[in-house]
Amino acid sequence: MFKHFISLQWKAFFRSASFGKSLGLKIFMAFIAIYFALVFLILGIGLYPLLKEAFPEEDPLQIVNRFLLVYLVLELVMRSALQSLPVMTVKPLLALPVSKGKVVNYVLLRSLLSFFNFLPLLLFVPFAVFTWHETGLPALSMFAWTVAVIGLILSVNYINFLLKKKFADDIKTILPYTLIALIFYGLERFEIFSITEFFGAGLNYVLEMPFLALLPLLLAFALFKWNQAMLKSRFYLDESLKGKVTEAKSQDFEWLRRFGGIAPFLQLDLKLIWRNKRPKTLIFISLLIMGYGLIFYPNDSYQNMPAIFVFVGIFMTGIFMINFGQFIPAWDSSYYSMMMAQNIPLKQYLNSKAALVTFSIVIITILTTPYVYFGYDILLINIVCALYNIGINVPVLLFSGSFNRKRIELEKSPVMNYQGTGAAQWLVGLPLLILPILIFWLLNKFFSFEVAVTTLAALGFLGIIFRNLIFDAIVQSYKKNKYAMINGFKQTGE
Amino acid sequence: MALNKQENKMITVTNLSKVYNGTSVLNIEHLEIPRGQSFGLVGNNGAGKTTFFSLLLDLIQPTTGNVFNNEITVSQSENWKPFTSSFIDESFLIGYLTPEEYFNFVGELRNRNKADVSTFLQNFDEFFNGEILGRKKYLRDLSKGNQKKVGIVAALIGDPEVVILDEPFANLDPSTQIRLKALIKELTSNSDMTVLISSHDLIHVTEVCERIVVLDKGHVVNDIKTSEATLKELEQYFAGAAVKVKEEQEKDSIETQA
Repeated sequence: MFKHFISLQWKAFFRSASFGKSLGLKIFMAFIAIYFALVFLILGIGLYPLLKEAFPEEDPLQIVNRFLLVYLVLELVMRSALQSLPVMTVKPLLALPVSKGKVVNYVLLRSLLSFFNFLPLLLFVPFAVFTWHETGLPALSMFAWTVAVIGLILSVNYINFLLKKKFADDIKTILPYTLIALIFYGLERFEIFSITEFFGAGLNYVLEMPFLALLPLLLAFALFKWNQAMLKSRFYLDESLKGKVTEAKSQDFEWLRRFGGIAPFLQLDLKLIWRNKRPKTLIFISLLIMGYGLIFYPNDSYQNMPAIFVFVGIFMTGIFMINFGQFIPAWDSSYYSMMMAQNIPLKQYLNSKAALVTFSIVIITILTTPYVYFGYDILLINIVCALYNIGINVPVLLFSGSFNRKRIELEKSPVMNYQGTGAAQWLVGLPLLILPILIFWLLNKFFSFEVAVTTLAALGFLGIIFRNLIFDAIVQSYKKNKYAMINGFKQTGE
Repeated sequence: MALNKQENKMITVTNLSKVYNGTSVLNIEHLEIPRGQSFGLVGNNGAGKTTFFSLLLDLIQPTTGNVFNNEITVSQSENWKPFTSSFIDESFLIGYLTPEEYFNFVGELRNRNKADVSTFLQNFDEFFNGEILGRKKYLRDLSKGNQKKVGIVAALIGDPEVVILDEPFANLDPSTQIRLKALIKELTSNSDMTVLISSHDLIHVTEVCERIVVLDKGHVVNDIKTSEATLKELEQYFAGAAVKVKEEQEKDSIETQA
């Protein structure tokens, strides 16, 4: 049976509509994976000598044991952001003579083959071998230690799925766990009770009594069973269907009416953002990114590099522009044929998108004015960057939008969600961020701060003045690419 | 738009063809649909019905030829959009809107204000059967049949001159099918609205349409003015097609055996 599942997934991967298109992305991800694998391997080989040199008094194994818990927690956080349960399309299988247990087991066992489970092995196995070689601990002890660590890593693997299933329904459920982590951190900090010492001591017992290594394995197995039970109970069609139906509230945003011809589209976009998971999360991300300045502005080492502040300015004031704008018009992908067949002049449609994004830039710029605390220059740079964003970057993003071919499912979470990402998204980053920084840096270096700021502002103004002309050109690009876009947006599936 | 009353043609198709990867899926030399006609398109799967409608709406690019909607070349100008409306599939619905919001949105695109739209919707109470309006549901949460009702009614907002409906009867419950037939008949007899529908159901089309065109593998194989005998004729044609397919298969299998 597993053979069939594997062949199904193989076909799903290679026959997906966007296979060729997203191949570039996959190769890119593969490079990142190889890079991390190498880093971990080198770290694994070098960890023992490095620790020995840094802390000559202490036993490297003891240090590792103490930090293992911290490592595992970090790994859990990373996994929860990056790793997801291997998906199988369950619906067509429900009516076939396939036992639920088999499907569930397949999905859970397959997760063991995840890259995230191999990565730590590259770190811990070389370290264990090295330690055994250097300290002359019994081979059985080191073997037991390695098994225990692997058991813990697999436990993290399954804890991640358990937590994910819980959080997927309600993000607020994450709070108690964060609270527990904070309490332990506090206890550790104020030296009341050290959970890491406690954990390290536990691993030391494994070294003394190798059979204790079975405990983490048992833990992993228990978590496996828990996952199994939970997935089985969810293995019904109505489970995936129910809960989705939320009571709809009609909103009108009547106040938008004053915007005339673009009002219906603005209303539609606000509803799009407010009622769908992926765009809605963008709002929260944008608000978070407003704190970005706090990392850069107080830092002394950046004070003589105002070009960095241009980066911060463009990024901060334009964060919603970048996040939302890069997927225009893919946000409307699920009903793009309708938009093209309806009585909608393209220019009005694009104008409304531009208005929405411009509005967000203005709002964020106003909200970030308190950064004036770090100097008037910073406020000036932010305002100039906002102007540049409105004048130049908004049209650039809209233009690149006409090369979007990928559908976006609005209801999916945006975390590590590459759906809709194609070459257009990567290429557009260049003029968006690099160009203004380069212009500013050159002018600031060879002329003066004032010249640099004025030039950026002037470019923004030029963009605003010639907006109509620029938009006519963009409309042409949308017209030219219309059929390819309609066709691309119809392709469902990754 | 100055409409020439004398001009009787609404849609003209010349030399229209669509080829995908070397396979011709549609090839119509000439087809004229006069103003006010209720036009039915029938054919088996893959006959090119949806392709034809998509070409009329400029959603796909013709390989050769042109579609003229009220003398406007659809692939070159957007001026046909104000008087043409359509419902092809669920990609014409905006899932995160309630039906009311969707109707209002479409209404605004067609220069109808909210009051106009709600007056218009009053005519459809029976058609909706209490399952659409005021249910506090988003379109994505409605059943397929109810989604279809919304799409069809939205296509009628704003007195369009041309209405294109792809498979309007599929997925509808029997009562709604009957109501839809009555609705289409009423629309075409009381106004100058040109209605184009496609269907697999021969009974429905013969009841509703004045003229029926049969497509087979992209070609017009029959163009009938509907009469008493039409249903029989169509049934015989499609039964014959089924027999023909069966014969061909048998021939193939004999050949492969040989």
